[in-house]
Amino acid sequence: MVHFTAEEKSAVTSLWGKVNVEEAGGEALGRLLVVYPWTQRFFDSFGNLSSASAIMGNPKVKAHGKKVLTSFGDAVKNMDNLKGAFAKLSELHCDKLHVDPENFRLLGNVLVIILASHFGREFTPDMQAAWQKLVSGVANALSHKYH
Amino acid sequence: MVLSDNDKTNVKATWSKVGDHASDYVAEALERMFFSFPTTKTYFPHFDLGHGSGQVKAHGKKVGEALTQAVGHLDDLPSALSALSDLHAHKLRVDPVNFKLLSHCLLVTLSSHQPTEFTPEVHASLDKFLSNVSTVLTSKYR
Repeated sequence: MVHFTAEEKSAVTSLWGKVNVEEAGGEALGRLLVVYPWTQRFFDSFGNLSSASAIMGNPKVKAHGKKVLTSFGDAVKNMDNLKGAFAKLSELHCDKLHVDPENFRLLGNVLVIILASHFGREFTPDMQAAWQKLVSGVANALSHKYH
Repeated sequence: MVLSDNDKTNVKATWSKVGDHASDYVAEALERMFFSFPTTKTYFPHFDLGHGSGQVKAHGKKVGEALTQAVGHLDDLPSALSALSDLHAHKLRVDPVNFKLLSHCLLVTLSSHQPTEFTPEVHASLDKFLSNVSTVLTSKYR
């Protein structure tokens, strides 16, 4: 189980407070679909994903990105019990959505890259390290109920 | 995964903007990697890996110069990186999983220093480029 120090929790929470979840969510999901095009396999119903600009401007991508990142906000509130917080979502992603957990790791890393681009120098190596622990914890929590 | 002409243009433009900062950026990426992924430190027991380490800076220069070489030879990475490929296979033997970790930290560093230029397309091209470099460097492992 991943353990966060008080400094790590504080670093994550303070940065999260400054994130525009709607915007960042759309950007994260969009970049996932652009940089790793095979991830588009889950989104046949999303319409036009034919180019980077189509993907980034696609309203369904933005809406779904917002949904996903809002849910990520639960992780920030439950850093001491990620497995518990994501148990139901884990079952959903396995049994209904059939998403390979590798995709959680890819999205987590894309999110870290976006935070770096938004926060620049403020996104120090120590800050990144705390966030890598969090995204990795979330990916593990979401994979936990797979069978 | 083959680099398209657009990918090559994006990679060259990014690296040209990086300019003289290549060593610093790579040193920063290494530092980020050591802090975020502590298992990577096992390859550097002989280094001081604390913040601002001179040894990490020097290593950043070395790796930065190799990446600059790679950017100049996008059409023939295997040949341009052949000696480094031998080195990694026979002497350094860095487990292949670690190349992804350094590549990721390089992307984090570039996106934090050049947020405007780091568009989704450029992000994709750089990811592909670093993935290709990693493949070449591990190509002679077995």
